[in-house]
Formats: sequence, structure tokens, C-alpha cells
Amino acid sequence: MNDQLLSVILTIITAATPLLLAAIGELVVERSGVLNLGVEGMMAVGAVSGFGAALMTGNPYVGVLAALVAGAALSLLFGFLTLTMVSNQVATGLALALLGLGISGLMGESFVGQPGVHLERLHIPGLSEIPILGPILFGQDFLVYLSLAIIALVSFVLFRTKAGLIIRAVGDSHQSAHALGYSVIGVRYLCVMFGGACSGLAGGYLSLAYTPQWVENMTAGRGWIALALVVFSSWLPWRILAGAYLFGTITVMGFSLQAYGIGIPSQLLSSLPYVVTILVLVLISRNRALMRANTPACLGQPFVPDR
Amino acid sequence: MKKWMAMAVALALGASAGAAQAADKLKACWIYVGPVGDFGYSYQHDQGRKAVEKALGDKVETAFLENVAEGPDAERAIERFAREGCKIIFTTSFGFMDPTIKVAAKYPDVKFEHATGYKKADNVSIYNARFYEGRYVMGQIAAKMSKTGTAGYIVSFPIPEVVMGINAFMLGAQSVNPDFKVKIIWVNSWYDPGKEADAAKVLLGQGADILVQHTDSTAALQVAEEQGKLGFGQSSDMIKFAPKAQLSANTDDWDPYYVARVQAVLDGTWKSEDTWGGMKDGMVVLAPFTNMPDDVKKMAEDSVAKIKSGELQPFMGPITKQDGTVVGEAGKPLPDGELLGMNYYIKGVDDKLPQ
Repeated sequence: MNDQLLSVILTIITAATPLLLAAIGELVVERSGVLNLGVEGMMAVGAVSGFGAALMTGNPYVGVLAALVAGAALSLLFGFLTLTMVSNQVATGLALALLGLGISGLMGESFVGQPGVHLERLHIPGLSEIPILGPILFGQDFLVYLSLAIIALVSFVLFRTKAGLIIRAVGDSHQSAHALGYSVIGVRYLCVMFGGACSGLAGGYLSLAYTPQWVENMTAGRGWIALALVVFSSWLPWRILAGAYLFGTITVMGFSLQAYGIGIPSQLLSSLPYVVTILVLVLISRNRALMRANTPACLGQPFVPDR
Repeated sequence: MKKWMAMAVALALGASAGAAQAADKLKACWIYVGPVGDFGYSYQHDQGRKAVEKALGDKVETAFLENVAEGPDAERAIERFAREGCKIIFTTSFGFMDPTIKVAAKYPDVKFEHATGYKKADNVSIYNARFYEGRYVMGQIAAKMSKTGTAGYIVSFPIPEVVMGINAFMLGAQSVNPDFKVKIIWVNSWYDPGKEADAAKVLLGQGADILVQHTDSTAALQVAEEQGKLGFGQSSDMIKFAPKAQLSANTDDWDPYYVARVQAVLDGTWKSEDTWGGMKDGMVVLAPFTNMPDDVKKMAEDSVAKIKSGELQPFMGPITKQDGTVVGEAGKPLPDGELLGMNYYIKGVDDKLPQ
């Protein structure tokens, strides 16, 4: 029984981590007032770059770095189009998602069917061997810890530092931030790139830790779920954590129930994570004051400095 | 500017000259539902296309379209190929059936070949593979190799092809161990490595020690490898991903069929046919038996030989369904029609079939 519980919890953690990484990046982007719907594409490019770099160097950590850089590079393209050229953010984001999937397929052509390099789990003698808690707390790969650290960091920076205040100001009222002398476009560029880097990391987690391989479309819609999680969280970092783990838990529990042979239709179990997420979304949105306080007021609006 | 124009004209001329030269070559074309990089179903079809190029050399020219969605898009893709001078077009997914028939009616001189469907026409052949033969042998191996007497089975959608596979696997397993158990997880996707890995972990966590899949990625097998358990590959030989875990793999080998069919067009002997080939025809091939003791390997090899000779029929009647009713006549294999419409589990499968 303990083994089963442990295996379920470990599976939940791996299922939640890519969502967590992609969603927290997008949260920062949206907090600065930019809507980047291209998360799926940036994840795919991150996945293929991470896989390729790890394969060529034999070092998974080089892969992680490559995934991060690739995601950020692709988001820079998005930034240039939407911030400098002031193109429509929704259309550009959708195009970016498709472009990323396409590019990743092209880049990954020669990687198909190659066993990848595995990002090893941590093993601390003594600590990792404590029953149940050991493998959960001290036996994950480092991206899991990094994802949690990023949540804490983003929460701290957004709400406890001046930099966070500027980001939120840019997202809530870009005219005022501009009038105060802050570079709206500059701040947004940085946030977009942070989002891209996180999406790239999420992709890298897929191709290096979750399922160490490269196959086309391996992101399988996780980028879109991450986008939904940002709204689910009402733009609050710690809620991303709750949302991603809730989503992972329900997915994995659905499989567990099926394997136990409990006669709930599998189609229903498969749709449950989405149903529950929407339900929670509706419940949260009922608190209008909280929603109004946290929704970036300038979300998706282009900014053209008049001088 | 003028230079560019001249170059463009030269290029256009060159291209048309190339086309003229190609005209005496036979053009064979393929339409795939997935990316050729899936290392699974579409990948294997594309290997078949490459085999045609290799075997028939400069007598043929091939082309393919990947990621073609089933539906109206497919009709446009097929028609484009027909217009572009393809003499034989292979449409390789179930959902391309009606579009293929429609386009075929408009282009009577072009030969069409549709995989896994059931609608034929004068210029449309159908072909499929008896994957269940491989799954029967896999069941036998699993029953021999499992310590817990339980296999975990990861599946996509409850269509007859998949249900047939589960039943064949269990019939094979029961021929070795009548009490063999299977735990089944439907992931409702052909292709989602992450979900497949999650399902694999859950199954192993619940006491299964051998994984079988009817989904397309290598993820489940990698989980087995990581946890020191065993499993079977799907569509392609996945031994590189799980050198210590893969027992065998149920692979599709379309190469001989594609070469023969394109050759038939070259010879002018092509006829509309209905092919459902198995191990005997080389369409279903089990990857080398690995990570098992010699006696198990021998048993598996014997079974393969018997299936090839026709001595062993996986679906030999009578067969008891999950609800206790019996199908098939004693001593006779179930007819193909019964198999192709299979929508029930056999006795011993402890799961409820999604309807």
C-alpha cells in the first residue's frame, strides 16, 4: 500500500511539473500586460532543443540550459512582433504556437527513434532512503526543485519588491507607468523572455525527465493547459502550484481508478481534470473583488508610446 | 532585378524539364495521418515508402504528405496527389476511407490503396495486418515471465482493432496460465507520451510487472526500463529505448506489401484486392525475443512458427465472452467478419469495456 501511494505521488509530481513551469512563466508575462498564447510552441522548441543538446553533449544539464535559451529566443521573436511592431497579440501568439510545433518537427527530424539522455533523480544517501518522505522530498530531479523555487521567487518579486511593483504597474496601466518614466516596452520584453525561458524549461522537462525521448507533438496540448492554469490562478503564483498539482492529481487518480477496475467510464475520468479545473475557475471568478484586483487591466492591449 | 527574373525563368524551365524527365517514372504517393517522426504507426508506413524507393530504384518516384487530418482535408490532399500524376496512392488511416473512395471515383486511371478500412472499388484495394497474431504470442511470453501474474495494458480507444488485441493477448496468456490477470488503462489518445508514462507508472505501482501498449510512443517501455520491469514495444522495434526491458515488439512491416503493389502497377498486373496479412505474409513481425530465458524464447518461436503454418489460430472457437456467452464453432477459428467487429472482452478480462 505504501509503495502504491508513493508511486502515485511521484507520478503526480512529474505530471504537474511541466504545467507548473510553463504556467508560472506565462503568469509573469500576463502580469506585465502581454498575452502570449504561443506557450505550446515554445515548449515544443524547448523540448527538441533540450533533447538535441543533451544528446550531442551527453550532459542533461546542457540540455536544460539549451531548452531555456531556445524558449527565450522564440519568445523574443514574439516580443519583437507584438511589442516593437505592435502586431495583434492573440493572432501572433496563435501563430507562434503553430510555428513552434513546426520548427520543432523540422529540428528534431534526426532525433526521432534515438534514446535520449535522462535527467537523473537526486540521491542523497540517508535522506533519500527515508520511507515515503525520502523519495518525495529528497529524491526528485533538480527541475522539480527549480520549479518550486521559481514559484516562490516570482511570488516574492511580484509582491515584495520594487521590480514587481513596476511589472504590475506596467500590466495594470501602461500609460501611467510610462508617464512615471518606466520603459513599458523594456519591462514587457524582459517578462516575455522570462515566460519563454520557463516554457522552454517545461519542454525540456518533457524530453529530458518526464519521457526522455523526442517525438513530434510530444507536448500534446500541455501548453494550452498551462494557459488555462494562469487564469485559474487568478494571476497569483501560489495558486499556480495548487492548480498544476490539482490537475496532475486528478489525471493520475483517474488512471488509478481505472486500473483498480472500478467501473467508471474512462472517457469521463479522462475529462475530469478539465471539468474540475473549469469548475474551480467558475467558483474563483465569483469573488469579483479578488478577480478585479488581480486581473492585469492592460492584458493584451498594445502600447505605443506617444513620445 | 533583371538578373533575378532570368534566374527565375531558368529555374522554372529547369523544374519543368525535371518534370518531363520524371514522366516516364511511376509516381507512387502516400498520405499519413501522423508525423513521420512519431517512431510508430506513420513512421513504419514511411519506412515502407523508403523500401519501395530502394527496391525499385529509378523506376519510381515517391511523395508523401504527413499530418493529414481525417476528414475534408484528406479529400483535398488525395485529390492533389491524383492531379499531380501519382499513379498509385496509399491512404494509410481508417478515417481516409470515404475520401479515398470519393476521389477514386473521379480518377479511374489512378490506383488507390486504403489501409485498415472496408470499402473497395475497381481501382481501390484495401489492406490491413493481423496484429493480433503478435499479441497472442506476447500474451504467452507475459504469462511465462510475470512474477505477479499480472500485466498492465495501456490502450487508446475502444475500437475493434484494440479490443481484438487485448483479447488475443489474454487468450495467449491463458494458454500458459489460466489465472493470468490484466489491468487496463484507457488513456483516450493514440499519442501522448506523458499520459502513457503516467499510466505505466500507475500500473506498475498496482502490481503489474509487464507492460503492454496499444498506444504509439516509447514512453511506457522507458518507465519499465527505469523501474526494472518488463514490457513490449509497439509498431516499431523499441529496443534502443529499453535494452533491459523489451521482451519483443509487435511491429508493422509494410515493406514487402508496398514493393509488391507498386511492382504490380509497373507490370500492369494490379488488381483491386482485399489483403489482411499476418505473420505468414511478413506484415506482422515480432522483434527479436530478448531479456528472457531460452525455454520461453523457444516457446515463443514455436508459436510464431505454428501461427505461420496455420496450425495455431489465436481465435480458435469456441470462445467464452466476459458475460459467459459463447461465440464461434468448436475447432474453427472465428470468421474475419466477427474479428473486425469485435466489441466484447473474453472471459478473464477484469475490466469494463467503454462503450
